[in-house]
Amino acid sequence: MIKLEPRGQHSKLMAWLSPVLAGCLTLVSGAILFALLGQDPAEALHTLLIMPVSDLYGVAELFVKAAPILLCAIGLSVVFKAKVWNIGAEGQLLMGGLIGSACALQLIDAEGVWVLPLVLLSGMVGGALWALLAAWLKTYFNANEILTTIMLNYIALNLLIWAVHGPLKDPDGFNFPESAMFSDSALLPTLIDGTRIHYGMMFALFAVVVVWVLLSRSFLGFQIKVLGLDASAARLAGFREKRLVWIAMLISGALAGLAGVGEVSGPLGQLVPQISPGYGYAAIIVAFLGRLHPVGILLATLLMALIYMGGEMAQINLGLPIALTGLFQGMLLFYLLACDVLINFRIRIPALSRSAVAPIASQKETVR
Amino acid sequence: MAEPHVTPPRLTLRGITKAYPGCLANDSIDLNIEPAEIHALLGENGAGKSTLMKVIYGLVKPDHGELLWDGLPIDIRDPAHARKLGIGMVFQHFSLFETLTVTENIALALGDDAGDLPTLAKRISEVSTRYGMALNPDREVHTLSVGERQRVEIVRCLVQPIKLLILDEPTSVLTPQEVETLFVTLRQLASEGCSILFISHKLHEVRALCHHATILRAGRVSGECTPQEESSESLARMMVGDDTPISTDYPKVLADEPFLQVRGLSRLSEDPFGVDLQSISFDVHTGEILGIAGVAGNGQEELLGALSGENEIDNHDAIHFPHGAVGQLSPRQRRAAGMAFVPEERLGRGAVPDMSLKDNALLTGFLTGLVKKGMISHRKTRTFAEQIIERYRVKTPGTETHAASLSGGNLQKFIIGREIMQQPKLLIAAHPTWGVDIGAATAIHKALIELRDKGAAILVVSEDIDELFQISDRIGALCHGRLSPIKPTPQTSINEVGRWMAGDFSETDVASSATVSA
Amino acid sequence: MDIDLITNILYAMVRTGTPLLLVALGELVCEKSGVLNLGQEGMLLMGAVVGFVAALLSGSLMLGFLLAIIAGVTMSLLFGVIALGFNANQVATGLALTIFGTGLSAFIGTEFVGKPINGLDPYALPLLSDIPLIGKMLFAQDLVVYLSFGLFAAVYWFFRSSRPGLVVKAVGENPHAANAIGLPVMRTRYLAVMFGGAMAGLAGGYLSIAYTPLWVENMSAGRGWIALALVVFASWKVERVLLGAWLFGLASILHLVFQGLGFSISSNLLAILPYAATILVLVLLSRNQVRARLLAPMSLGKSFHASS
Repeated sequence: MIKLEPRGQHSKLMAWLSPVLAGCLTLVSGAILFALLGQDPAEALHTLLIMPVSDLYGVAELFVKAAPILLCAIGLSVVFKAKVWNIGAEGQLLMGGLIGSACALQLIDAEGVWVLPLVLLSGMVGGALWALLAAWLKTYFNANEILTTIMLNYIALNLLIWAVHGPLKDPDGFNFPESAMFSDSALLPTLIDGTRIHYGMMFALFAVVVVWVLLSRSFLGFQIKVLGLDASAARLAGFREKRLVWIAMLISGALAGLAGVGEVSGPLGQLVPQISPGYGYAAIIVAFLGRLHPVGILLATLLMALIYMGGEMAQINLGLPIALTGLFQGMLLFYLLACDVLINFRIRIPALSRSAVAPIASQKETVR
Repeated sequence: MAEPHVTPPRLTLRGITKAYPGCLANDSIDLNIEPAEIHALLGENGAGKSTLMKVIYGLVKPDHGELLWDGLPIDIRDPAHARKLGIGMVFQHFSLFETLTVTENIALALGDDAGDLPTLAKRISEVSTRYGMALNPDREVHTLSVGERQRVEIVRCLVQPIKLLILDEPTSVLTPQEVETLFVTLRQLASEGCSILFISHKLHEVRALCHHATILRAGRVSGECTPQEESSESLARMMVGDDTPISTDYPKVLADEPFLQVRGLSRLSEDPFGVDLQSISFDVHTGEILGIAGVAGNGQEELLGALSGENEIDNHDAIHFPHGAVGQLSPRQRRAAGMAFVPEERLGRGAVPDMSLKDNALLTGFLTGLVKKGMISHRKTRTFAEQIIERYRVKTPGTETHAASLSGGNLQKFIIGREIMQQPKLLIAAHPTWGVDIGAATAIHKALIELRDKGAAILVVSEDIDELFQISDRIGALCHGRLSPIKPTPQTSINEVGRWMAGDFSETDVASSATVSA
Repeated sequence: MDIDLITNILYAMVRTGTPLLLVALGELVCEKSGVLNLGQEGMLLMGAVVGFVAALLSGSLMLGFLLAIIAGVTMSLLFGVIALGFNANQVATGLALTIFGTGLSAFIGTEFVGKPINGLDPYALPLLSDIPLIGKMLFAQDLVVYLSFGLFAAVYWFFRSSRPGLVVKAVGENPHAANAIGLPVMRTRYLAVMFGGAMAGLAGGYLSIAYTPLWVENMSAGRGWIALALVVFASWKVERVLLGAWLFGLASILHLVFQGLGFSISSNLLAILPYAATILVLVLLSRNQVRARLLAPMSLGKSFHASS
């Protein structure tokens, strides 16, 4: 029988080893799954993880996919630090795309350098407002933010679908549920010619740096962390709980909104029903996998983007369902949570370690 | 006496050893409890008492050693098995379910032996009457006072045949008068042949009640004695060893310049399990310690919340500092006005468990120049934390250690140090020494006295009446959200304050004491 | 609106509310034991896809339902092992279960999207189903709906007058006290989680075998989440779960009502209604913070390790 034994203090080493271990376990499980499906595991994994990034175009595509995930995930790291469970990055992303598109379509005949910033800003406002709606419901009505943000995701999706079927539908689009193409002045320029990599990635990297400073250096970030770790300590110290929740949600929502508008005015160039193949949900996994730390999130984002591309590659080359992506994401998160047990507990097999008795008596037992 | 066929001890422990990671809680402990004996298990916090009693009750498996029950070796598998043998346990933190009735609570513990609820309810009534512990079986537990809840715990043990009753720090939640009543019940039980294991760190109670005592120190048996033959001093020495200083008397002072003035503070609790504060008035003078006694759950949390600024109050004029009313100020603004606060929960309110000591120094120290233009000065914060650790002798590897890994006493020294280093004009401390070892308690008391002598006003709210008599200059008590008269400590007695704790005072008493002190 | 339309709306309301009722009952038992399983959506989808595929391949609807239940229980055990056995954060584990279930169900069901089966037919009870208005609603349903009535009654009785029900409540209120007096905290919680899984699996099977009947990716459309909100709406009281489930059933079929009244509103906008209603309900029921705290099981969502 295996026993779990509490460690005295969190193991920092395990906190960083756990995601690596989870990644390995996912790979092993994936290999087994491929074998069961009658594929050669080595070749399938190669198709999934190496082939997508074997040329410059592929690497650029990786960053195209990474940009929205990174923006959402870095924003989520702020709210999750505050232990505000914003599951609504997806909806905030969609609203960013929707409002940004509405703005871009209004300005379809306009020209000038001010158009793009306005479009981007409107997208951020759209995402931020969608997030603040949940913050308002939480702080004033005490409504559970997990459920409200999920519901807001479904509402945002339905609003988006309604918009592309109705008010924002391209009048010359043969009745397809799509908007007109944006004007050039509303489009994000690409960074490298011949690829689709665009300025969204730069925004995302900038956001990573800002959030890093916020959480490690600023007193605001400190207050957010205290609120998440111990709300009653925050209250006693006089931190303003509601304000902190609003700020954290504002940051998270605005970044998700930017991710959304970055998609429509970046690689898509128009509003379509499928802006996001679940980037907002993937960002949750990324935030956990990256330990809510900017560097960790950056690495985890690249992995997640790779899984998205690998899923597409496996569909084309191996004829596997595209749902493979979701399956791998789910496995990854599950293995991560399972491995995280090692952060606070060590595993003991009693039969093997009879004599492991430390000779110090400490005074821990009365800690309430 | 020493005949060979004499009845064996009810319970014998031989060489009981139990280790936790980084901590040897019990180190080959031997213990004998005779039938009808009231046996004290005496020791400081962390001496290993709780672990030992969990071993006896089948909650913890010892690593080594054996138990003998009525002379026969036995392996107590779990609490149900212990109960079947006739072992009952009264926990310090009651194991009761607040939303269930007394009968349902007892039925849950009895398992399949409970029978149907109406019959059980009748038995509960019978038993409680017989031992002088009035109890209504149909009440829901959250409506009961702390003393009544303890009765539920005791009656739960007595509704089945009982041979050994274990009580873990049973008197810490009772008024002095309730303690007397409890002792009568325990003596009656013992006279009927039931053995009692009485776990405590209160020396005078052990001397008053127990036939025999085993003293634990740092997981080992450090002495055995007949308590009546010992002095409190000699018992204390056995508990703490030779080198730990034991608290002494401090000189009392009388000050007359009020810093904190509370006038007619009333507040309805929004929590239905909470207590309403009823027109509370008192002053805390600069250069004195005011002690407020009371059994937990009599409005202490509500009063402290109103004083700290966490709970809003309607009448903003009810709380005054010298420069004016502060009733509408936030906790942060009150801090800026000179208030410091030591809460009851040291882990998870006073300190963030999963943050380093450095971050925990910043937690309330942020007004002392550690933050500039919204950015934290990590260097200054570290220095501040190092100063606290050095000045208050906090035992820790360094400032990066998490608060959760400190012992209760060390963490409390850190928290009190953090608050005192900010040179408050008013310090409010809730239960400052609960659960800490005697060495740390003495250090904390000295720090409070030193702060008082520097001219700060100090309010100490505590359940420990002995502590309050030791350090406060004036003393009062809370009961059901009402505050008793307040008297200079030398002019009152434990008995009188005990009566106040039970609510035995009138409005005229309160009014007359207010005019005396004013 | 004529009486036939009302009769049909009531009938559809109960049909639509049934999966919500099943999931919410399961989650209620789970939460009463102190465990918050946010993985309902994932278990629901797994129940739906496994039930559908089994029914399609074997031709036996009963086997479909059975395997749907087993799929739900298996998923819940996955949650149990990680959240209870490994002491992981319940919120994160529940989310993981939903993400995993969504991915796995889509993976399994790829080849079966849109394939038709002969779904479960209603079985009208003679005489009773002829009662005006409520006859069709209560007595002309299929077997799973009748079963949901029975399960509702069983859960109601369980908490009202059974000793195991008392144990579940005690464990959910204070697991440390329960452990101290020797109640089996872990076993109780595992069983409660598994019951939740079985109910979600059954509800999933109902969606794909009886309600639609076909398999589409993500076909649960947030019902698992709405059921979670329903438990809050019901203030953790069994009798109110039934009311809530049917009310939400009604909100989901409002387009029928609007058609009956002769309005035309975009179906995409009407699809928002159940989600908006969920938020509204959460707001109304949670506004009083103290009350909300008192109603919820006290240890809800907190992990428990016997040694601490």
